[in-house]
Amino acid sequence: MKTTITILMGAALMTFFVIGCGGEPKGRGGARSDVQDAALKTYVAPGDLDEYYIFKSGGHSGQVYVYGIPSMRHLATIPVFTPYPATGYGFDKESKDMLGQFTWGDSHHPSLSETNGDYDGRWLFISDNANNRMARIDLRDFKTRQIFGPIPNVSGNHCSSFVTENTDYVLAGSRFSIPLPRGTYEKIEDYATKYKGVVAGIAVDPKSGTMSLGWEVLMPPFDYDLGDAGKGPSADWGFWTCYNSERATGKLEVTASQKDRDYVVAVNWKAAEKAIKEGKFKNLGGAKVIDPKDVEGVVYLLPAGKSPHGVDISPDGKYIIASGKLASITTVFSHEKMLTAIEKRDFTGNEDGIPVLNYDSVKEAEVNVGLGPLHTQFDDKGFAYTSLFVESAIAKWQLGTWEVVDKIPVSYNIGHLAAAEGDTKNPDGKYLIALNKLSHGRHLGVGPSQPESSQLIDISGEKMSLLYDAFTEPEPHYAQIVKADKLNPIEVYSKEENKHPKAIWDIKDSKIVRNGKNVEVSMIAVRSSFEPWKIEVNQGDKVSIYITNIEQTTDELHGFGLNEYNINIVVDPGETKTAEFVASKKGVYPFYCTNFCSALHQEMQGYLLVK
Amino acid sequence: MHKLLLGASPGNAGVLTGEIESSPFPACSPAFLRRLGGKGGWVAKGIIMQRYLELATSFFETPIDLRGRLLVILAAVVLMPAFFTPLWNLSLYSNQFPDGLELNIYSYKLEGGKSQNRDDLKEINSLNHYIGMRPLIEDDFTEFKWIPFVIGGVILLALRAVVLGKMSKLVDLFVLFTYFGAFSLWSFYHKLYVYGHELDPTAAVKVPPFTPPMFGHETMANFEVYSFPGAGSYFMAAVPLILLGAMWFSRRAEQVKTYKTQG
Repeated sequence: MKTTITILMGAALMTFFVIGCGGEPKGRGGARSDVQDAALKTYVAPGDLDEYYIFKSGGHSGQVYVYGIPSMRHLATIPVFTPYPATGYGFDKESKDMLGQFTWGDSHHPSLSETNGDYDGRWLFISDNANNRMARIDLRDFKTRQIFGPIPNVSGNHCSSFVTENTDYVLAGSRFSIPLPRGTYEKIEDYATKYKGVVAGIAVDPKSGTMSLGWEVLMPPFDYDLGDAGKGPSADWGFWTCYNSERATGKLEVTASQKDRDYVVAVNWKAAEKAIKEGKFKNLGGAKVIDPKDVEGVVYLLPAGKSPHGVDISPDGKYIIASGKLASITTVFSHEKMLTAIEKRDFTGNEDGIPVLNYDSVKEAEVNVGLGPLHTQFDDKGFAYTSLFVESAIAKWQLGTWEVVDKIPVSYNIGHLAAAEGDTKNPDGKYLIALNKLSHGRHLGVGPSQPESSQLIDISGEKMSLLYDAFTEPEPHYAQIVKADKLNPIEVYSKEENKHPKAIWDIKDSKIVRNGKNVEVSMIAVRSSFEPWKIEVNQGDKVSIYITNIEQTTDELHGFGLNEYNINIVVDPGETKTAEFVASKKGVYPFYCTNFCSALHQEMQGYLLVK
Repeated sequence: MHKLLLGASPGNAGVLTGEIESSPFPACSPAFLRRLGGKGGWVAKGIIMQRYLELATSFFETPIDLRGRLLVILAAVVLMPAFFTPLWNLSLYSNQFPDGLELNIYSYKLEGGKSQNRDDLKEINSLNHYIGMRPLIEDDFTEFKWIPFVIGGVILLALRAVVLGKMSKLVDLFVLFTYFGAFSLWSFYHKLYVYGHELDPTAAVKVPPFTPPMFGHETMANFEVYSFPGAGSYFMAAVPLILLGAMWFSRRAEQVKTYKTQG
């Protein structure tokens, strides 16, 4: 009650302030909201918790950002493809090994694991467009637990990481076709014939989430852009869009925009699975690759509006919705009609042996959404929401009547959008987030390098209403919104679950063991000291320090920063991590706790002495 | 207590002056006594004393009746949960720990509150080390070794009293248990005293020696400390009361029997 009054007073004050300033809020223009309504709907009082998590891809930052909805507060950054000293990621041996040879990635499309077409809160997969990898974040501890790849034959893993209904597979594919296997040279003039794309399903172990190679399908040299897995009646299918069906090279913005139609690729992954089992594949670059020329019934092409971006499956699994970004319509295909056309062999041609289905036979509707449609999400009341890049707006339209019922301007140039559980079988409605590509300074100036804008939109009513602007570091592409109660992350690793062979729990067990030129240190970090605090080695020794944080209390993290050795490790309560380096520099180098821990944090320090 | 247990039985109010002749011990006959001490007052006093001892002896010889035996069994049963539930509970609240750090002391172990994200015992030790307090570890508590043993012994003694069915066994049990309870309390207080007084002189934060509260609430630095007996202590406290009940019932039954015999 008291809170409500405070909010009302706050909102009233804000209104007064706004009116006092001449009726127009201060700012740079663009979309506006009803201040009072928006304030009430987004205010999360101190100590209260948000209703939803949103996981935003961090684009070329290589990370994933976690925000709360509706407060739009940034809660955490999960490092995935890029070292992140804040959590020590990429500095300890364990995460360094996972990152391998790369120090960056382009994290594009996050995908929450599903059971029966609904988020189950177990894992988050995210694709790397730059180095053809796929990562899995465990939502138990919000840590990257596996980086799979580079995936053989996949080049520019953009049309990824959508999961099938029961997380059997995570989809992957090539945005940039190349001669296969990777490492092969062919003249660029032979692009149309000697370059190849693939679409792939990465198998996911249902218990551990561990990814491994599943199946791959050899594709013509198009640019595979986005995807989605089917659900319900279409659960056995995976879908991808492509541009550049012209098979062009060079200035693609022109050369790849000549044809009126590009394609939606439909792969029956059950058929692909079967083909692999029956041995109907060839080994290419270490992967089992199905060539559609040799195996029928695995892949088909649906002609879609020019240069489509998003392909999204309706919650009931009946419709395949593709948005041609250079068209002003969104095309709705019927899955049922697709199956009939396949059965009747209602084809209008083929591309490298892949049948092209008759557009008129598979099309259900063309929805006049507006300019530059990109991507579609769904709510709980039978509506779809399509982002319009060129128009800087979102169109709300009805499944079935195919009528646009509402439109809201966004600031500016929306790319993807994400609705609350909006790509599952049971979307929640309520909230929609516009992931805008350009913010045009709709925030305090921060110089030419600008943050991206994310706008929270209320979709609970008949009309969409803008609630909040939040700004994110570069650069979210897609995001997933999950009800907070589906996740129950831990804050402490229990002593029992620490299986690190070098973990120690008693200061008595801390030790330094020399074996030739190898020095192994078993170290304990606990408020507020390192044990041992003095490590003496010879120049050139290989030093491995196994640091166990023996705390068992939430937020008692300890850091291990080693001056001028470019090492900063952060060890969570109950965790053991390894600092591995060659003591190449002579002299005395202090190390200290980098992650604030206690009143005597400043005193938590020691020395590496290199003779 | 003595009045209640050793007092005259109903209808036997004149026991000290009256039916002395009926003494079962010939050596205590008045004639014999008279011969011994003449008319002196000390003899009377002696008689009283003698009579008292006789009564006490007869009290100790009183059989435990069925209700009494059932109560003793109950006492043994009540002791079992005392083994499994905490004897003492300490809670420490502060701004950082609004839900409180919990410490439960059992007869055989020390247990901190444990949740997915916190181990309270570890946390209490981590915080205490700043003032130089020794870590609370089970190995330092010899009590954990002998208390369960004593509880087991008491249960056995209770069953023995039930089988042998004599008041003296019950009195043994009562006295032993009361002594054991009092000693445990003292030992606990002593532990608290030692922990709060034997502080490491090299500690980062110097505080004057103190005794953590044994019963009630106290503010210590940034913590509000609450210390109260746990369920186990209540079970323990119930035992002597039940034993007294058993004694009282048995005594009553014996008195009623005597009264009936004498018509």
